[in-house]
Amino acid sequence: MIKVKNLSKSYVKNKALDDVSFSLSEGEILGFLGPNGAGKSTTMNIITGYISSDSGTVEIDGIDILEDPSAAKKKIGYLPEQPPLYNDMTVQKYLEFMFKLKKVKLPMKEHIDKICETVKISSVQERIIKNLSKGYRQRVGLAQALLGDPPVLILDEPTVGLDPEQIIEIRKLIRDLGKKHTVILSSHVLSEVQAVCDKIVIINNGKISAEGMTSDMTHTGSSTQRLELIVEGRRQNIISILTKVDGVTDVTDQGECEKGCYEFAVDSSRDVRRLIFRAIAKTDYSILSMKPVEVSLEDTYLSIISGKAEEVKNNVSDI
Amino acid sequence: MSAIFKREFISYFTSPVGYAVLAAFTFFSGIFMWVYCMYPGTSNMSGVFQSMFFIVLFVIPLITMRLFAEDKKQKTDQALLTAPVGIPSIVTAKYLSALAMTGLCLSAFIIEGITLSFMSHPDWSVIIGNVFGMALLGSSFIAIGLFISSLTESVIVAGIVSFAVNVLISLLDTVASTIPADFIKDMFSSLSFQSRYSHFALGLFSLSDVLYFVTLTFFFLFLTDRVIERRRWA
Repeated sequence: MIKVKNLSKSYVKNKALDDVSFSLSEGEILGFLGPNGAGKSTTMNIITGYISSDSGTVEIDGIDILEDPSAAKKKIGYLPEQPPLYNDMTVQKYLEFMFKLKKVKLPMKEHIDKICETVKISSVQERIIKNLSKGYRQRVGLAQALLGDPPVLILDEPTVGLDPEQIIEIRKLIRDLGKKHTVILSSHVLSEVQAVCDKIVIINNGKISAEGMTSDMTHTGSSTQRLELIVEGRRQNIISILTKVDGVTDVTDQGECEKGCYEFAVDSSRDVRRLIFRAIAKTDYSILSMKPVEVSLEDTYLSIISGKAEEVKNNVSDI
Repeated sequence: MSAIFKREFISYFTSPVGYAVLAAFTFFSGIFMWVYCMYPGTSNMSGVFQSMFFIVLFVIPLITMRLFAEDKKQKTDQALLTAPVGIPSIVTAKYLSALAMTGLCLSAFIIEGITLSFMSHPDWSVIIGNVFGMALLGSSFIAIGLFISSLTESVIVAGIVSFAVNVLISLLDTVASTIPADFIKDMFSSLSFQSRYSHFALGLFSLSDVLYFVTLTFFFLFLTDRVIERRRWA
């Protein structure tokens, strides 16, 4: 549905995008993650045809955005970072304007009413946009993107400025929309991307640092597995036993938790739970607790952003 | 295109700008009407049109300053540029909305002409010719204003710069008269808006004057289109 190939874009001094490629099939929701200034908005602006890339191509449903911009743009609903609202218009008049601007061929009144209901702005339809709160403005922006039922939705930080209840509503809405539409959304809220998206692209300094399915990223996104262990016995001996177990890469002493019991964090390159159990069982020490720590998207993300990118990237691409 | 035209035209009246412009225009044309026609007791409106030149020069930047600068500032240009509409259509729609607003202002002269016709027999061909001339003048000022508005994000800067540029182009022949070289003097005075426009005000209709204003309009609309296109690549 969306094919982005080798996009590069430089501004006067810095390189905003460097050889960015990814693709997305119909009905998928892609999350675009990255710190501020990573190139998320730039990529989205290029996909929607707002700005042009220096090199590379964007295809929407087989149509190149540069070759036939009108046809490609008709297939996209775009909610930019700051919703493009005319402050002097009422919500209704604004949506009517956008409806005509996008040359939508549906019955206008019913279509607008339906969308207003979907994003829950029916109650403010007659109000002037200038007087709306941030949350409502964001939703009017979303309504505008939905006009004409475009097969592709591009949403730049759609939940910014909303209260927690609204955030949950909008996320649910996006997930529902994802059943019929292909969605790209950007965010720096990790839990949001994890909750909503099927696929994740992490972008940093204009380059794609990692790409993969959400489930892969969250479970095995990092190359190390971690166990949290509480063992009763002599501290030094336990550490030396643990470090000798095959596969263990690092043992961190986390201190005494109960009298005579110590807590350790064990990093390993593979599953070492059975080996550790047997190793400890050979002594007269006892394991009181052993808990695998699931690597969250946050850990993956932070390790990528903080420069362990290569390691993770290799790992993810293996999947 | 019609959607943008309609929106822009209506927006003149959802803010005080449209009313202020109309008020200023009718107020001054009324005063000049009194000074040049009513008081001396003549139906010759030449003086009115001659004097209105500076009012048009002042009013048009108020009409055009917002058109692109505001879009850029409010980021509504993202809505326009990501919609299935080409940049030339956007530029044309905005130009036409400003032209329509100017046309509304010019209708004041028709009303004044009708008022005169109750008291005497005004020469309608001169009045229509003059309104046409003023529309052409306005059209060039609009294109210039639109171009300057596309260069900046600040509405105020767009307004002030447009005003300054309009004054400069209009007074080219005054500037030219101080230059000793004859060919420069001729060139400047043939480019001056005021000398071109004063032909209309005197009731002289010349094709070269019409072509001059039309060409200028197209030239600046084309430049506006280029500026916006270029911004996408910057």
